[in-house]
Amino acid sequence: MTVKEIFDTMDYGPASESAAEALAWLVDQGDRFGCFINGAFTKPGQVFESRNPASGEVLAHITQATQTDVDAAVKAARKAQPKWAKDGYARARTLYAIARLLQKHSRLFAVLETLDNGKPIRESRDIDVPLAQRHFYYHAGMAQLMDTELPDRVPLGVCGQIVPWNFPLLMLAWKIAPALAMGNTVVLKPAEYTSLTALLFADICRQAGVPRGVVNIVTGDGAVGEMIVASDVDKIAFTGSTAVGRKIREATAGTGKALTLELGGKSPYIVFDDADLDSAVEGLVDAIWFNQGQVCCAGSRLLVQEGIADRFYTKLRARMDGLRIGNPLDKCIDVGAIVDPVQHAQITRMVDANTEGQTYRANTTLPSTGCFYPPTLITGLSTASTLMQEEIFGPVLASTTFRTPSEAVEIANNTRYGLAATIWTENINLALDIGPKLAAGVVWVNATNLFDAAAGFGGVRESGFGREGGWEGLSAYTKPKATAKPLKPIAAFEGDGGPDGLDRTAKLYIGGKQARPDGGYSRAVHGAKGALLGHASLANRKDIRNAVEAANAAKNWGKTTGHLRAQILYYIAENLSARATEFANRIDTLTGTRTGTKEVDTSIRRLFTYAAWADKYDGQVHNVPIRGVALAMKEPVGTIAALCPDDAPLLGLISLMAPAIAMGNRIILAASDPFPLAATDFYQVLDTSDVPGGVVNILTGSHAELAPTFAAHLDIDAIWSFSGTDQSAIIEKKAAGNLKRTWVNNGKARDWFSADGEGRSFLDQSTEVKNIWIPYGE
Amino acid sequence: MQTHTPPSPTQTAQLLQVHEPRNNGMPLDLDWVASVQANTSAIERRAATLPGRRSVKKDYQAAWLLKAISCIDLTTLAGDDTDGRVQRLCAKARQPVSAALLEKLGMTGLTVGAVCVYHDMVAPAVRALEGTNIPVAAVSTGFPAGLSPYHLRLQEIRESVAAGAREIDIVISRRHVLTQNWQALYDEMREMREACGDAHVKAILATGELGTLRNVARASLICMMGGADFIKTSTGKEPVNATLPVTLTMIRAIRDYYDRTGIKVGYKPAGGISRAKDALVYLSMIKDELGNRWLNPDLFRFGASSLLGDIERQLEHHVTGAYSASWRHALA
Repeated sequence: MTVKEIFDTMDYGPASESAAEALAWLVDQGDRFGCFINGAFTKPGQVFESRNPASGEVLAHITQATQTDVDAAVKAARKAQPKWAKDGYARARTLYAIARLLQKHSRLFAVLETLDNGKPIRESRDIDVPLAQRHFYYHAGMAQLMDTELPDRVPLGVCGQIVPWNFPLLMLAWKIAPALAMGNTVVLKPAEYTSLTALLFADICRQAGVPRGVVNIVTGDGAVGEMIVASDVDKIAFTGSTAVGRKIREATAGTGKALTLELGGKSPYIVFDDADLDSAVEGLVDAIWFNQGQVCCAGSRLLVQEGIADRFYTKLRARMDGLRIGNPLDKCIDVGAIVDPVQHAQITRMVDANTEGQTYRANTTLPSTGCFYPPTLITGLSTASTLMQEEIFGPVLASTTFRTPSEAVEIANNTRYGLAATIWTENINLALDIGPKLAAGVVWVNATNLFDAAAGFGGVRESGFGREGGWEGLSAYTKPKATAKPLKPIAAFEGDGGPDGLDRTAKLYIGGKQARPDGGYSRAVHGAKGALLGHASLANRKDIRNAVEAANAAKNWGKTTGHLRAQILYYIAENLSARATEFANRIDTLTGTRTGTKEVDTSIRRLFTYAAWADKYDGQVHNVPIRGVALAMKEPVGTIAALCPDDAPLLGLISLMAPAIAMGNRIILAASDPFPLAATDFYQVLDTSDVPGGVVNILTGSHAELAPTFAAHLDIDAIWSFSGTDQSAIIEKKAAGNLKRTWVNNGKARDWFSADGEGRSFLDQSTEVKNIWIPYGE
Repeated sequence: MQTHTPPSPTQTAQLLQVHEPRNNGMPLDLDWVASVQANTSAIERRAATLPGRRSVKKDYQAAWLLKAISCIDLTTLAGDDTDGRVQRLCAKARQPVSAALLEKLGMTGLTVGAVCVYHDMVAPAVRALEGTNIPVAAVSTGFPAGLSPYHLRLQEIRESVAAGAREIDIVISRRHVLTQNWQALYDEMREMREACGDAHVKAILATGELGTLRNVARASLICMMGGADFIKTSTGKEPVNATLPVTLTMIRAIRDYYDRTGIKVGYKPAGGISRAKDALVYLSMIKDELGNRWLNPDLFRFGASSLLGDIERQLEHHVTGAYSASWRHALA
C-alpha cells in the first residue's frame, strides 16, 4: 500500500520485533540442548522438537532427560546445598546478579519466550520478563534478611520443581528465586513445549556465578516430572493442571516430601451495576485474552449483574472485535498463538461440545496458518453448564448473570477451584464486603491479573495450596529448625478389672451435643494396672459425616471477632482450671504416669497462648508497586479434621484445638486413640464455656479407621495428623480427592510440653493468606 | 512571500468528507449523568499500556503522521500575536510540510485541519487562508478562564462568527462542574451553541481544573447533551492539559453518546502534545476506542503548536533515512 492509501485506511500494518538475535543464540547452542546439571550442559541425548506454535517451525531439539540425568541432577543439588545454605549475603549477591542479567538480556529472553510459547511480544517484554526480574530482586532481599528475620527456619534441602508452559520463564522465577533465597538447591523441569528460556536461564546462571549444582535444569515430558517426584528430593513444587497435581499428591503421600501445588482455576470476574463498565470490559482483555487465556488465574467466568448485562455484553463484543490476533512477534498484536496444536484441539473440543447459550466469536481476522483461536464469549450459560465449571485454558469467556451481591458470591464460590477472583464496583463497602467472602487466594478489585513478588499468589480448594511471593511464600521453602525424634507408638492398656463407682457413659461430641456412636459399638478403656476406667465410643464414617455437617453449620464462627474468640478461649481455660485436679487424676489414671498436673497446667497455659493470639495474628499490607494496597488477609482454613497425639491426651488435643478455633476454624478432633477419656471429659468443659455448637467436635475411636474417611471427605478443608500410629501416608494419599491441606507428623514425635507444641507454625496451618489488591485513586 | 494559489479540490480531499449530521443535543438526562463512572486507576492502566500494545512502523508511521497533520488545529494564542504572525501561521497551515517531502510521500496538497486564534486575529487569518478550505477557529467566551460577563461571552461568539470563524472553541464555567450544577452547565452550553449559529462549537472542559475523571466524564456528557460538536480537553493554559487518561474518559463518553443517540461528536485534545510519538498514541487510542471514522479532521483535532515541527522531522527521517534538524523545516 502507498502512504496515501494507508492515510485513507489508517491500518496498523506490520510491526514485527526481530527474531534474529534469539535465533542466532539457538544456532550458537547448536540448536540442540542437553540438560544443565552441576553447572554444565550435558551432551544432548534422545531429543524431541520444540516448535514455534505461530508458524510450526522447529526452533530447537531438546533432550528427553533419563533417570541417570535426574539422579545426577539431584545428586549435584544435594552436594551443593549445605554450602549454599551457609551465607545469606552470598546468596543475595548471586540472586541480585541473576536479576541484573535478566535485565541486561531482557529482549533476548522476551523474543525467545514469544518464539517458543506464542505469546505476544508485548506480554513477554512488558510482563513476563520484568516480573521474573522483580522476583529475583525481591528474593535477593529475602536471602539477605533470612538470618535476622527467620532465625527459626532452615532450608528444606533439595527442591524438585516442575513448571508449566504458559509462563515458562516467569514460573521458573517464581520457583527458583524463593527456593534459592532460602538456601535450597533446585532441580527444575520446564514444560516440554517451552524449555528454551529455562535453558537460556541456565546459561545466565553461569554468568551470575551461581555455584555448580545449585540450579539444575532437566528437560523432557511428564515422565521426567515423575522421575523428579520419585527422586530423593525434599520438596516438590508444581504448577500445572489439577489432574497432575492430584497425581503428585498421591505419589508423594507419606514420603515426608514437602509439597506445594499451584493448579487450575475457573476464576470469577464479577461486574456490579455501579462499575465503570468500560474499564471492566478492558479488564476482561487482561483477564481472559491475556496469554490467549492460557492463565491459571484467568478471569474465565464472567458474572454480570442482570440489569446491566445487555449493555455490558454489547460493549464487550465491540471490544472483542478490536482485538488484533496474529504474529506474536508483532508489537501491535493483542492475542498470539495457542501453545500447541494439542491445546488448540482441546479448546476446540470443549467449545464445540457446548450447546447452551449464545456463542460470539470476535469479528477479527485470524492468520491462515499457525495455532490460533479466536477470542470467544459465551453468554446465557447456567451454573450447571460444563463451560462454567471446567477450565478451558483458552481465550474463551463463559458468562452468566446474578441479581444480588450475595447471589454473586454464591455463584462465584460454586466451583471446585479457588484461585483468583475479580470484583468491579465503585462502592468500597461492597468491594470490601465481597472480597473476603470469595473462595480464592487472590482477589483483585477494579483490576485483574496484577502480580508482584511482594504479594503471595496461590489458591484454595482444588486450585492447590502454598503461596508464591511475599513473606507468606517463604514458608514453602523453609521448615522449623527443630529436629524431631521418631514417633513411639503407644498401645492402649488392656485388663479385666471392674468398674470403679457409678458407670459413666462417654459419648461423642457433635454439634455441641453428646451423641451416641452411629455404629453402637464401644471399647473398654483400662488403666495401666488393668482397672476398667470406662468405655469409649467407636466412631464410624457416619459419625464423621455428622461431625462435618455440624462443623460446616457453624461456619459463622469464622466471622466472629478475634476478641470474642479470645474471650471464649480464656473461658475454657478458666473452667478447665476449676477442674484441674480431676483432669490431672484422669490423665494419671489413663496413662499410668504422674504427669497429669503438669499436663493440665500446660494445657491452661496453651489456651492462654491462643487466646492471646486470637486477635493478634495480623495480616499485612504488602508493598506492591502500584498506587494501591495489597491486603494479605489471614483467613481461617475452614473445617479442619485432626487426629490428636496419643501421648498427652489432654494437652495434645488442646494444642490442636486452640489455634484452630482461635483463628476462626471449626475442628473435628479424633481423641487420643489409647487414652480417649480425657477428651470426653473435656467436652463438658466446652459445654460450659460458651463454645458454639459445631465449632469443636470430638470423636473417639481407632485413628487407623477414621483417618481414611477424614482424608477422603470432600467437605473438609484441612487434615492434621499427630497420631501415635503414623497415618501420614494414607491421609496424604486420600487427601488428593479435594486437595485438602495436610499437616502430618510423618512418623516424627513432637514434645507437646515444649515450645514445639505451640506457636506460629500452628497459626500458619490454621490460616490461609488471601491477597486482596485494591488500586485506588480518584 | 507566499503564493495564494488555491489548492485544487483533490488536494484538499482530506477536508471534504461527507459531513456527519451536527449534534443538536438532547434534553438534559440527569439519570444518565448520575450513572456515569470513571475508575481512575483502571483508566490510567489502559492509558499506560496502550503505547506498548500499539505500534506503527515505516510507511504506516509516515501515513499516520500525515494524518495527524491533517487533524492539527495550528494554534497561536499569545498576547503578542500580530497580523504578520498570523499570516505566517496560515502559510504554514497551507503548506505544513515542505512540498518536496510531501511529493515524495505522495501527499501533495496536505494541509492542517484548521487555524486557531483569538477573536481579533480571526479576520487576518480568514484573509490569509482565502482560497483554501481551511477553517479558522476562534477561542471565545472569555478564553481561557471564561469569567467575563456572560452576555459579553455570548456576544464574543457572535462577533467571531461574523468575522468569519467557522469554528468556535468555547470554555465552560468550571464552577458549574465543581458544584455539580449540571443544569447551569447544560443551559450555558445550549446558549453558546445557539450563539454559534452555523459555526461548529468545541466545548473546552479545562479538564485540569475539574478535579476528577468522573467530573470530566459527566461534564463531557452534559456538553454533548447541550449540543457541542466537539469536546475539547483544555485551553492549554491550565496546569495539566491533555493527557491519555483524560482522553480515554472523554472519548468513552463520546462513544456512549453515539451509542445512545447515533450522533458522532468530535474530540480535541489540546496542550502538551508536542511529539510525533505522542500523536501516534493518541491516534491509536481514537482508532481502538472510537473507530476509524473518528480519524478525520471533522471528528478529531489536535490543539497543538509545536507538534508539527516534530512530525516534519520524523517525516524527513522516513524519506531520507537520516535524522533531521528542526531548522531544516519552515517555522510555523
